[in-house]
Amino acid sequence: MANFTPVSAAIGGVLIGLSAVLLMLSTGRIAGISGIFSGLLNLRGEDKGWRIAFVAGLILAPILAGLIGYGMAQPKLPMSWAVIVVAGLLVGFGTRLGGGCTSGHGICGIGRLSPRSIAATIVFMVTAVITVAITRHVL
Amino acid sequence: MWIIAPLICGLIFGAGLLISGMVQPTKVLGFLDIFGAWDPSLAVVMAAALAVSIPGFRLADRGARPWFAGQYFRPGKSGIDLPLVAGAGLFGIGWGLVGLCPGPALESLATLSPGVIVFVAAMAAGMIANDARQQSRPTAQRDRPLASATDG
Repeated sequence: MANFTPVSAAIGGVLIGLSAVLLMLSTGRIAGISGIFSGLLNLRGEDKGWRIAFVAGLILAPILAGLIGYGMAQPKLPMSWAVIVVAGLLVGFGTRLGGGCTSGHGICGIGRLSPRSIAATIVFMVTAVITVAITRHVL
Repeated sequence: MWIIAPLICGLIFGAGLLISGMVQPTKVLGFLDIFGAWDPSLAVVMAAALAVSIPGFRLADRGARPWFAGQYFRPGKSGIDLPLVAGAGLFGIGWGLVGLCPGPALESLATLSPGVIVFVAAMAAGMIANDARQQSRPTAQRDRPLASATDG
């Protein structure tokens, strides 16, 4: 149980849940980041405004936090470029094929008590745990 | 100025990822490493988020329409199928390889980390590849009628 931070985890979790609920109540949209982002990648122009606004808020958050002294450290990615590229491709392809990621299925879908999202969350948690077990303890 | 609403939601979501520590891949990998020095923090993040989102979405279900839009947009697909399981499985492998999922990855673009920029570019390529594959099939799943909804 090294590095366990239950208080900041609980505060952060409440904010994430609040954001998902507020987005649904205000704009009627699911706060699934993979779905929001992928909607910006196609050339058809419809409903891009709210997607750009949400992603802009997401990127502005650590910048604003930095202004009040809670700056964000650069993420540590000690793995090779090849691993980073393969992981990015798998995350992009997999979230589209499976219709969601940690936010869309994990927070919003389970928040709606969707069996589909509960199943997806179990599957991606299990394959992620197996992947970390292999890369950290087998290889 | 309804566009302010999703902007504020993005800011709150980003603040949540930042405060919880989930924006750091090492923190996420610490949760996924159950055979090592396990850090259960992400389970607390999920539990706290669901404690808010489960009653919150029930509240949204009672309203006829959202504050700034004509209707609620809810996922149309229901049931557990092969694309769901295969997609979630592939996503989990990618997530476990570097500890980044889409939310923290996009938020981390603010740090201009070269690794994150490469990851997001690859993620975008993976999304475009899958969407192109689906569109190339005449009976794409996304066009399926919304029948027998069990979770919609």
